[in-house]
Amino acid sequence: MANSTKAKPNYLATLTNGIIKENPVLVLILGTCPTLAVTTMAINGLGMGLAATVVLICSNIVISLLKKVIPDTVRIPCYIVVIAAFVTIVQFLVKAYAPALDSALGVFLPLIVVNCIILGRAEMFANKNDVISSALDGLGMGIGFTLALFCMGSVREILGNGTWMSGASWIGIQNGINLHWENPIIVFLLAPGGFMVFGALVALVNFLTKGKAIKKKEFGCEGCPSAAACKAAQKGGCNA
Amino acid sequence: MKQFAIILISAVLLNNYVLSRFLGICPFLGVSKKLDSAFGMSVAVTFVMALATAATWPIYTYILVPNGLSYLQTIAFILIIAALVQFIEIALKKYIPSLHAALGIYLPLITTNCAVLGVTILNLDEGYNFAESMVNAVGSGLGFMLAMVLFSGVRSRVDASKTIPKAYQGIPITLTAAAICSVSFMGFSGIVDGLFH
Repeated sequence: MANSTKAKPNYLATLTNGIIKENPVLVLILGTCPTLAVTTMAINGLGMGLAATVVLICSNIVISLLKKVIPDTVRIPCYIVVIAAFVTIVQFLVKAYAPALDSALGVFLPLIVVNCIILGRAEMFANKNDVISSALDGLGMGIGFTLALFCMGSVREILGNGTWMSGASWIGIQNGINLHWENPIIVFLLAPGGFMVFGALVALVNFLTKGKAIKKKEFGCEGCPSAAACKAAQKGGCNA
Repeated sequence: MKQFAIILISAVLLNNYVLSRFLGICPFLGVSKKLDSAFGMSVAVTFVMALATAATWPIYTYILVPNGLSYLQTIAFILIIAALVQFIEIALKKYIPSLHAALGIYLPLITTNCAVLGVTILNLDEGYNFAESMVNAVGSGLGFMLAMVLFSGVRSRVDASKTIPKAYQGIPITLTAAAICSVSFMGFSGIVDGLFH
């Protein structure tokens, strides 16, 4: 009984951990490629976040269930197969129910397979914890990822296109909000705007938390599944 | 020849993998601190991109498509790339130890690199034939190398600066510097039209 009373707050902490304290995008700086690439519109950020969340929860559950079966030496290939299977399922679902999102995300939908957040959580959390915690961790990290992408997409769409939530007919929003700007700042929709807004958001989080949230000041490898190889490799790389 | 030149130039300058397509951002930000590691990483990426394309294109076209299995693309490709990287590492260690000493440390990082999986998928999305795919793969690798090498120089200057506001230190300022690099690559827009028409 003592265990169950102790376990409950832990579940809540596991869930909220990924949303704020260890936000995968803005604090851990993982999954940067989709973060930069698909956030030209708020709805694309939201769609990418949801797709990755589904994969994250499912793969965390399966890997947590299989953690005693998978031999340690070939665990990374096994995780990749599990993740790739769920990504394929999500690809089918998106193609069937949100074709507009499928064409907006393009190659980044299959590339969820190599999203370091998902492989990172499998390696760091799901293979050490029970099924319920792993599912909640996946949900929390997924919500954190989605929120970060949605914020970034909103900033870029409002500044760069003068609209918000346009093209969101697949979740039932027909037109979104049009701000009728005469000259939107188009650079925010282009590649440089992505880097700039991402940098500004990370700096904002850094500023609001007075640097406490960001444990690592540099791009690190600790969340990355190749961390051990990386550290052996680095004499001037990631964390040197 | 002309179509190969167009593919090569667009892959290196116009649709640069890092600065305009946002593929391979992790190594771009993680391994670009020093020139020699940036160069080594990009040579390894170019090498694996070319071999991965050489392996995945025939498998997709001659095995997956005729058997109606093209939906297995994602799983098949990531497994091929993972196996290929392992195989390259073993082969290099055995037969070309000097190359292994130079590139070996970067190879394990490449399995989960989205630029490699990205180039194999994009080649098929664009409908390139085998020769065009190979040119695109090598060009993309060279574009990655160009961005990495240029950015390692920019980064050493940024890191030496002492006047960065506290909240912007570290990651945010690096991203902002990448934004400015990316602006400079936008200057190449129209180069293909200008050269070949």
